[in-house]
Amino acid sequence: MAKTQIIAEPGVPQILIAREFDAPRELLFRAHVEPELLVQWLGPRDLTLTVERLEARDGGRWRFIHQGADGNVYGFHGVFHGAPSPDGIVRTFEFEGAPGHVSLETVTFEDRGGTTLLRQGAVFQSVADRDAMLQSGMERGVNEAMERLDELIARLAPAH
Amino acid sequence: MPADQLSAVFGALADPTRRAILARLTKGDATVAELAAPFRVSQPAISRHLKVLEQAGLISRRRRATARLSHLEAEPLREATAWLARYQAYWDQSYGRLDALLATLQDGRQEQVEHSD
Repeated sequence: MAKTQIIAEPGVPQILIAREFDAPRELLFRAHVEPELLVQWLGPRDLTLTVERLEARDGGRWRFIHQGADGNVYGFHGVFHGAPSPDGIVRTFEFEGAPGHVSLETVTFEDRGGTTLLRQGAVFQSVADRDAMLQSGMERGVNEAMERLDELIARLAPAH
Repeated sequence: MPADQLSAVFGALADPTRRAILARLTKGDATVAELAAPFRVSQPAISRHLKVLEQAGLISRRRRATARLSHLEAEPLREATAWLARYQAYWDQSYGRLDALLATLQDGRQEQVEHSD
């Protein structure tokens, strides 16, 4: 299975995500801007996603709500900058639990001849904001077995 | 762990020499001289790195006879990595579901094409 690469370099207010998909980029783009598709994949299964608003145009607003089985609700919203297209999506992102802390996200879909490489970059206002995002990191109880410590160190290292 | 300590941990990990020092310490406590041996840097330079790691809570130091031993404190690193792992899990799960959705959408389109033949 394709592996999600996440790069969060120490001291840099940025998170980079890369993932290859076995689908054409137009389809991948649709899955990002059509609410009935988006709710089928964004977020883990134990959270219900509601797309309250998704205006895929320049200056359009978006607002998503994650709801956990415990009833906890997490809202996120932002604005699209430039018209979203298979060439890319530029949007602001604000977690409503931390108002005023806004990040700028860029999603691109790169045709790899049959597959598509999705890249998602988020630039934060500060390193502290970035680290808080990783920390809140969708505060769900994912109990992953801890790997050996030297592997953990390698994972935190810049991947290049 | 408060966010500022997480920043200290990430900051301490920003340097490849410090990451190598932590990797060495997973194999056991070590003196400054032992930690400096693989590197082309002076022992005072290694000592400065150790100070950064100590301030981030990633190592502790104690004396054994005349030597000063560095000891890996795993918990801050474990916590920082756990956060990253949760973030990773969020996207791994989302993209796994997206894989399935994309496959369904493409199967559906193929069926439509077949029906129209």
